[in-house]
Amino acid sequence: MTGRVEAAGRWGLVAQFPAPLKARFARNKLAVAGVLVVLFFLLFCFVGPLVYSTDQTHTDLTQVNLAPSGAHWLGTDAVGHDQLGRLMYGGQISLLVGLAAGVLATVIGTLWGAVAGYAGGWVDAVMMRVVDAGIAIPALFILLVVSAITTPGTLGLIVVLGLVSWLVPSRLVRAETLTLKNRDYVLTLRATGGTHGRAVRRHILPNSVSTIVVAATFQVADAILLIAYVSYLGLGVQPPKTDWGGMLSAGLTAAYSGRWWLIVPPGLAIILVVCAFNAIGDGLRDAFDVKGRA
Amino acid sequence: MDTLLYLGRRILQALAVILIVTVVVFCLLHALPGGPARGILGPQATPQQITAFNHEQGLDRSLPVQYAYYLGDLVRGDLGTSYTLNEAVSRLIEQRLPKTLVLTVLSALVGLLLAVPLGMWQAVRRNKPTDYVITTLSFVAYSTPVYFLGLLLILLFTQTLRWFPSQAPQGDTLAQVLADPAGLVLPVVTGAASMVAVFSRYMRAATLENLSEDYVRTARAGGASQYTVLFRHVFRNSLTPVVAMLGYYVPVLFGGALVVEQLFNYPGMGLLFWSAAQASDYPVLLGCVLVISVATVVGTLLADVVQRVVDPRVKEGRA
Repeated sequence: MTGRVEAAGRWGLVAQFPAPLKARFARNKLAVAGVLVVLFFLLFCFVGPLVYSTDQTHTDLTQVNLAPSGAHWLGTDAVGHDQLGRLMYGGQISLLVGLAAGVLATVIGTLWGAVAGYAGGWVDAVMMRVVDAGIAIPALFILLVVSAITTPGTLGLIVVLGLVSWLVPSRLVRAETLTLKNRDYVLTLRATGGTHGRAVRRHILPNSVSTIVVAATFQVADAILLIAYVSYLGLGVQPPKTDWGGMLSAGLTAAYSGRWWLIVPPGLAIILVVCAFNAIGDGLRDAFDVKGRA
Repeated sequence: MDTLLYLGRRILQALAVILIVTVVVFCLLHALPGGPARGILGPQATPQQITAFNHEQGLDRSLPVQYAYYLGDLVRGDLGTSYTLNEAVSRLIEQRLPKTLVLTVLSALVGLLLAVPLGMWQAVRRNKPTDYVITTLSFVAYSTPVYFLGLLLILLFTQTLRWFPSQAPQGDTLAQVLADPAGLVLPVVTGAASMVAVFSRYMRAATLENLSEDYVRTARAGGASQYTVLFRHVFRNSLTPVVAMLGYYVPVLFGGALVVEQLFNYPGMGLLFWSAAQASDYPVLLGCVLVISVATVVGTLLADVVQRVVDPRVKEGRA
């Protein structure tokens, strides 16, 4: 749809009257569905336990590996935790860590990219080579090395995930800054004695907001996926705490004994939430009309 | 001339990036609690033993001097010795890397063979149900953790249908691995799924872009059939940039291999890395990181250069 409009616009066949942001976002049905899915999971994970209360700290060895039934809608796991309750409980960590790490990565990336792009010259060259080097070391490998050195808690996990995933937003913001820094209003501010810091704060960052918001949304999606990998490899939050990836880490043995209810629900939850954030990101990108993910 | 200059600058940049990676790896190695001595001698070592070890290994010299020695070793291909396997890291990687390459290359091939026709089909049927269905599926595939897909495949094809084993082929040599093709099916399919998702999107976009180019209108005006336009012109012009994207995809391929090898117990570099993480075997961990980083930098360099050669309109947007 957008492709056709763009092509027509390029050839001057139709005049473009941009609709208000909200209207443009609301037209994207997938994005709206994404918002609903995220809202659903927030309610499910944070309000759900108030309605459907289960014990997720103590094990109950009389109730292990039960198939789904009226008493345990999604069955129980190998130490007797109710699986539906665990899905809510684990989701709290997945969502919280994913959101926080995604935002942290975007903040770091934004500052790095804005400074590099605005400074230009050799500062830019050095800062961007550091980004290249970071991208050259796959995040999963760095996370495994870190986990061999120390076992991070929830807060540590957020910081570590944020520190390995700020690279893509930094490139996007740098590119945006490059196009903004020679605009007349920035030059005017500089000519009338405004400082560089003021130029970045007053003009560069506010005008990059759409790029930053879109990047943050994709970043949250990636962070939720990444924390799932980290936990699957046994490095995430430690029991009795868990997250959706951690629930899957016991999945291999469960798969061999055919206990699908231990694998399918957390897996589907991850897919749905990650899809939802990606769809929201797509919708925002089209609504803001900014360039895609790097 | 322009291209040569560009090539020279990109190679210099790549070298700078690799140098930064070595600094990061070196710092990580020295950031370890107790340093390498603690790692090798174990937590029981006395301070005297540690001092003696540090002196013997040159670890009591200043950090810049040690870094210089470290770089010197790297240039000679010496990545250190594994703490637990008592073998040179370079030797271990030499044994394991070919198996990982087989897995990743097969996954990439299968992924591309599916993604390219799917992407073209979507472009031709743009905004029709086919397009929407494939778009949704690739969204889902992109958002699926690799190991979750692997677990589902094991549930279905090993537990229920009993078609394929869940254990990848074992064995030390490449020949032994290749002798058991059935065992490779699930690992390769698991690795290929996210490739299909990502590369069908690229192919769709590239095909759409080419379809709106003037040369397509000219060809159509000259009476070329849809078939000729698609396969003689658009296909070739879309395929090269999409295949070049593989260069940027190297780190993702290795990351995928890490998970797939762990899941299916495939004895490649990913599994080596994973067991090294369990055993805090730092020389192996950092040796692997270095090899993968160099592969990524080379992949990116190749992709940049190919894109520039194929399409001279591409200027350095990525710097």
